[in-house]
Formats: sequence, structure tokens, C-alpha cells
Amino acid sequence: MIFNLINRKIFTLLKVQYSNMLEYRVEIALWAISGIIPFFMLNIWTNNNLNESINISDVMLSRYFLCAFFVRQFSVVWVVFSFEEDSLMGKVSPYLIQPLNPFFRYFAQHIAEQITRFPFALIIALFFFIFNPESIWIPNLGILLLSIVSTFLSFLIQFSIQSIVACLCFWTEKASSIERLLFIPTLFLSGLLAPVVSFPAYVKSWIYWTPFPYLIDFPANLLSGNETNISGGLSMQILWIFLLFPLFKKIWSEGTKKYTAMGS
Amino acid sequence: MNLRKYLQVYKKFLHTSLASELEYKTNILIDLITAIFSLIGSIFLLSIFFQNNGYIGGWKFEQALIIQGIYTILNGITNTWFNPNLTEIVKHIREGTLDFVLLKPIDSQFFISLKKINPSGFLEIMLGFFLLLFCIRINQINLSLTFLSLSLITISCSICILYSLWFFISTTTIWFVKTWNATEVLRSFLYIGRFPLNSFSFSLRVFFSIFIPIAFITTIPSEVFLGLSPLWKILLEVIVASIFLITSRKFWLFALKFYSSASS
Repeated sequence: MIFNLINRKIFTLLKVQYSNMLEYRVEIALWAISGIIPFFMLNIWTNNNLNESINISDVMLSRYFLCAFFVRQFSVVWVVFSFEEDSLMGKVSPYLIQPLNPFFRYFAQHIAEQITRFPFALIIALFFFIFNPESIWIPNLGILLLSIVSTFLSFLIQFSIQSIVACLCFWTEKASSIERLLFIPTLFLSGLLAPVVSFPAYVKSWIYWTPFPYLIDFPANLLSGNETNISGGLSMQILWIFLLFPLFKKIWSEGTKKYTAMGS
Repeated sequence: MNLRKYLQVYKKFLHTSLASELEYKTNILIDLITAIFSLIGSIFLLSIFFQNNGYIGGWKFEQALIIQGIYTILNGITNTWFNPNLTEIVKHIREGTLDFVLLKPIDSQFFISLKKINPSGFLEIMLGFFLLLFCIRINQINLSLTFLSLSLITISCSICILYSLWFFISTTTIWFVKTWNATEVLRSFLYIGRFPLNSFSFSLRVFFSIFIPIAFITTIPSEVFLGLSPLWKILLEVIVASIFLITSRKFWLFALKFYSSASS
């Protein structure tokens, strides 16, 4: 009974958000296009034969960057920007009265956006294969499923981090600048611009203890068939979620206690 | 007479937007740290490219740093002026407040391009400037009057091209209403400007010199710094910059004919 109710809530939320997202197809297509930086990076790597020094062939590297593009497409999170706007506009107040944590709403928004984004990402991948026909490959089903799981876990890690930052809106109003600060290490250390294997030793020694390589590098390596420690990576992802989620719950309960609507 | 009026109006713009931005002091501090980390991150990425290679696209590491410096300055200018103002156009058009701008006895392009200012970008400009000074030392560039004037000319041309690109995309909002992520696409393309153009494959090089002239934005000024740029390239940049400025102006006036307020 209770399970059924939750199920219905989730289904309704997703349906509403999906139809909402479909209205902004062009916008989402543009977002998808703005994620093509990995391909430019690939161009620098292969055009200057930089991959010889890290022992990855051209084909494997191009698959890596394609997968990095995909992982990034399905792990983009912007909850802090939505939440900041809603809290500045006072929209959070009605959400708080409802018997549903407002973050479910944002969560459904993200999932719905990913579904809308999927065909555009596929089209971009198709273009990529037209220009690089030698890099076509079909991952086996097990790997494909595992990488979908790890991409989703990566999305969950980023969603938790951003939700924690978003909760800071209860204290500072402009939390999005903190998110922009956190985006810098995410951009440079996650493997979006260069695979983590290529990092110098002094960075590699500590980077695997941070969440960053598990955001893009690990799922992309998994999907593209590059060498990676599957069980280690997945367990680190789950570990980070278990660390971050209680933190979010704590900061959420502290924040809502502190919350006063604008103008009070 | 007219110029003096515009200068006076601009002084008022500066005053009001600085006053409103300085209300968020912590925000500015965080943006400052973000700018520093962002520069460290891009130098880190560059060092990965160079760790086993002496040259990338014919550029040494010390020379490629000049491109980084110029990119940082231009990015700072984008964040100070272009980004806050031109994302505002979208808001004006969606909410119909562009009417008020058009009714003012002042040039509408002037108003919407310079109304706001974001002081946190200043630091990025300064950072880029210091990096350039450092590059002048390590590359043993002789400072002479011709060098200074030529680099000043090319950098101001780059600023003009950059402005026109931003303005051009923001203008399309008149037809498409929600295009602020089109600027995000532009942003991701501009990311290429951090690297020497020669490090890309031929087809991308053509694309980035004709369709989106990123080649002109960072590579030519850097070549001027190194004294590698022939005179025709500088002349070409001046011509391209003026074409861009004039067309963006013409395009704005053309687009205004199609503007029909919100919900009309």
C-alpha cells in the first residue's frame, strides 16, 4: 500500500517533469551540444600524438573521450541553480508544506531531462562515428549495464554534493558561487579533459581518494573497455554516496529549521 | 556633446551596478578563489600535454602560457561585462521589459551591453595580466613601442570579436526567446581558445578560423607577443573585427524590427 503510493508519486513527478522538459527540446539540444569539449580535447591528444606516452592507442582514446562525453551528458546536475532561484523567489515555502521533500521534485526534473537529452546525445555520437569510423565498438551487455549503473552512481554523487551546496542557500542566499568553485576541480580532475591515467604521479597518488575520478573517468573507462578496477571503482562510488547522503540529511534538517520565508 | 552624455550615463551604470554587486561580498571572495583555481587548473592541464612532449603544434610550454594569459584576460572581460549584460537580454525579452529599454532616449545596444558590471571578473583580468608579464620575462621579449601598440591593437580587436559573438547570439533571443544556453555553447567553443590553434587537426582549424574565429581571438595576439605574426595577419584581424562589429550592430537593428513585446 505504502509502496504503491510512493510508486505513484514518483511516476507522476516523472511524467509531469518529462512533459515539461519536452517543451524545451531546443534548449536541451543546445545543452547537449555544449558538452562536446571532450571531442576537442581528443583532437589535441591524437593530433599531437600525446597518447603514445601514456600507452593508449588512438582508437581506445577516442572511445574513452566519447564515453566521457556520454557520462557527462547523463551526470550533469544543476539542482543548486534551480533551488537558489526557487528560494530567492519564495517558491520553496509552498514546497515545504507538501508532504514530499522538494528535492524529489528536482531529482525527477534531472531524470526527465536525461531522458529528453538521450536522443540528442545519440545523434552527436552518430556524427562522432561518421568522422571516426574506426572507433565503432559494441560493449558487451554486462559491461554496458555496469557502466549505466556507475554513470547513475556518478550522477548521484554529484546530485548529493550539489544538494548539500544548495542547502547553504538557507544561510547565504547565493550558493551558486560555491558550486562554481567546486566545478573547477570537477572539470579538471574528473577526467573530462584528460584521462586520469595521464596525470602526473604527484596527483595520481592522492586523487583516487577524492570523489572526482569516479565522476567521469571511472565510468568512461568502464564503458570504453579501457583498463580499470571495476569492483574498486564501484565500491568507492557507493562509499561516497553513503558519506554524502547523511550529510545532506543533516544539513537539510538544520536548514529547514533555520528557514524563514523572504520578507519575514 | 553626445559622447559626454554617454560617458555620464555610463558613470551612473557603473555606480549602480557596483553598489548592487558589492552587497554580496562573500560572493566576490568566492569568485576570486574560483578564478585562481581555474587558472591553476588550466595550467595543470597544459602541463599534462607537455609532460612528455617539448612542443604542441609548434609551441613550447612557455609560449603556450602566453595564450593562457590572453585567454584569462579575455575571459575576465567576458565575465565582467559580456556575461552579466547579455544574459540580461534574454530576461528583457521574455518578460517584455525590453520595451522600457527601447523607449529610453539612448541607444538600446549601448544600454543593454553596458548596463551591468560584475567586479569579480577584474581579478581574472589582473591574473591574466600578471601571467603575461611573467611570460614576457621567461620568453625574454623586448618591450618596445611597436610591440606594445601592436599587442594592444590585436587584443582590442579580440575583445571586439568576442563581444560581437556574444551579442550576436543574445540577439537571436528575439526569435527563439530561450537561448541563454546558446551562450553556453559559445562558451564551450571558446574553451578552445586556451590552446594554440596549430594543435588541432586541419578541419577543426578551418572551422575555428572561419565560422567561430577563435583563431583570431587568442592565437594572433599571442603570435604578436612572440613577434611571429606577419603584418597581414594583424591587418586581417583588424578587418575581421570591424566586420564583426558592424554586422552585429546591423543584426541588432534588423532583429528589433521583429520584436513584438511579450505575449503579443
